Amino acid sequence: MAEKTLVEAVNEALHGEMERDGAIMVLGEDVGRAGGVFRATAGLRDRFGADRCVDTPLAEAGILGTAVGLAMAGWRPVCEMQYESFSYPCLDQLITHVGRYHWRTGGAMEFPLTIRMPTGGGVRAPELHEDSPEAYYVHTPGVKVAIPSTPADAKGLLAAAIRDPDPVVIFEPKALYRSPRGEVPEGEHVVPLGLARVAREGTDVTLVAYGAMVQVCLEAADALDASAEVIDIRSLKPLDEEAILASVAKTGRVVVVQEAPRVAGFGAEIVAVIAEKAILDLQGPILRVTGYDVPFPYWSIEHEYLPTPERVAAAARTVLSY
Amino acid sequence: MLPAEPGVRRIIGDGEEVADGEVEGLGDAALLDLYRGMVLLRTYDERSLVYHRQGRIGTYAIFWGHEAIQVGSALALADEDWIFPSYRESAIGLLRGMPPETVLAWWRGHPAGWWNPAEFRVASIAVPIATHVPHAVGYAWGAKLKGRSDCAIAYFGDGATSEGAFHEGANFAAVMRAPAVLLCNNNQWAISTPLSAQTRAESLADKAVGYGMPGVRVDGGDVLAVYEATVEALARARAGEGPTFIEALTYRAAPHATADDPSAYWDEERVEEERRNECLGRFEHYLRRAGVLTDALAEEIKADALARMKAGIAAVEALPPPDPAVVFAHAYVDPPPSLRDG
Repeated sequence: MAEKTLVEAVNEALHGEMERDGAIMVLGEDVGRAGGVFRATAGLRDRFGADRCVDTPLAEAGILGTAVGLAMAGWRPVCEMQYESFSYPCLDQLITHVGRYHWRTGGAMEFPLTIRMPTGGGVRAPELHEDSPEAYYVHTPGVKVAIPSTPADAKGLLAAAIRDPDPVVIFEPKALYRSPRGEVPEGEHVVPLGLARVAREGTDVTLVAYGAMVQVCLEAADALDASAEVIDIRSLKPLDEEAILASVAKTGRVVVVQEAPRVAGFGAEIVAVIAEKAILDLQGPILRVTGYDVPFPYWSIEHEYLPTPERVAAAARTVLSY
Repeated sequence: MLPAEPGVRRIIGDGEEVADGEVEGLGDAALLDLYRGMVLLRTYDERSLVYHRQGRIGTYAIFWGHEAIQVGSALALADEDWIFPSYRESAIGLLRGMPPETVLAWWRGHPAGWWNPAEFRVASIAVPIATHVPHAVGYAWGAKLKGRSDCAIAYFGDGATSEGAFHEGANFAAVMRAPAVLLCNNNQWAISTPLSAQTRAESLADKAVGYGMPGVRVDGGDVLAVYEATVEALARARAGEGPTFIEALTYRAAPHATADDPSAYWDEERVEEERRNECLGRFEHYLRRAGVLTDALAEEIKADALARMKAGIAAVEALPPPDPAVVFAHAYVDPPPSLRDG
């Protein structure tokens, strides 16, 4: 297997899927001539033509809105939102139509849309380039959400999203776009939605995370004297509850980590699932390490906001003290 | 009737000073099809108001007086063209053979009213304002990319032109040269907000200039003017020349919906005048002047429409109550386990 970056793996998935299925078209801002501002769509326009890799007007709601109609006309659109924070206008279409149209047709029509976008901070960018908006998306009925943390999963989850009959949103942690590299299977590689990954096995405490926070948890695990298990949930909806509960049954101690602001974040959903289904397995409270309930800060001090291995390790030690 | 504004297309005369025109190639049979469609929609609308008052359907968005716009445009379409209605065009599927009970079921909140758009080439009723305009544009663009000749028409009101979704849809349509018709039902009101509070543009059709597409103004009470303008827009679309914006001018001489009391904001005299000059009566007089419609035929067409509505309300009231399990059906093609366990 070749070592690739996460964004190269995304690009490979798009090339492979568009080759496999002529109904797939990519649309977004700067995805064609420029190959995407992160190069995720590089080479698609040359290979598949300007009709299947479309530079759209600068209008995120228009991209997703026309994608709904494209799907009705028989296309399988893959929409790129240039940055997660630029995606907010498309939430109107997502909430009012994308998540509802299959239901609205009594199940008669399918809307196999994929929306992919970079997400998260740690890249020292201007305001509204570093948010973590996954909770807005995952809260929308009818929509599935996944976030890879490795190049291999970036390829495999995107392929699964494109093939899924439901609308799927893929968040790509931009802090991981260029490093670290990872082994990526050649050719067809599909990681089914709804399966978590044990990123590191352990016995004393479970660290649950997704996206860029998986790497933070792995570094925290290294810093702990105790044996920490790191669960990369990969898919927020469908959620692999079994994998989380199995780890909790083993360790009895849990820290949930998210980069997004704390209040009503996806971490709270994970905590609720554990509280509902495994409270008798617990030896202590479930702690969260998260971003704060503030706008993502000025980038020169963004490290004060982002969860760090130190914060995660401190939370783990607290849970281990019970 | 609208004041004679320059640049507003009109074909039906007034029987006195303004002479009747005609649409080239439109024979008696086609004229009667337009009439049948208008009677069907008028009957649907008037009966729905009664059914609402009788508690047999829920809140209902009235379209009385808008039949000329809906029928004139819908009957100009080819059978394979797609219609993207707003709630104001809730019953437009009847013109494509959809049974009245389907639409009545929608207004009763019964799942039997959620149809398959592919069956009639009529998209689902768009409740939010203007967000379906990009759907019509995406459909038309997608059909063109697939090498097909089908077009799409989106219906929306004057208020919708203030929404971002209208702007993004119109701009995409023009940029992609999508074979789409953007039909604005300018009935002068968005619930209680008059057009003057919606825009400073002299006409809504002027907005088309900014998108690089033609903007056409027609008398929305004149079914023939709407028909002709739509035929021309579709010809442009199929010739690869892109979208057209049609502003159909009318006046909402009825409440916005059954829950609305317009006495607080509208001008009763103007409403009475508009009601006297409503579109179905204008067309009926035209057809009589042309010798196409007789009393007997008009009665037969009206009786047929009423019979269809009576059968429709009987059919919808005979439906069993929805199975509670339907709440969980169709949210996903492949539901996540959390939905099964929850």
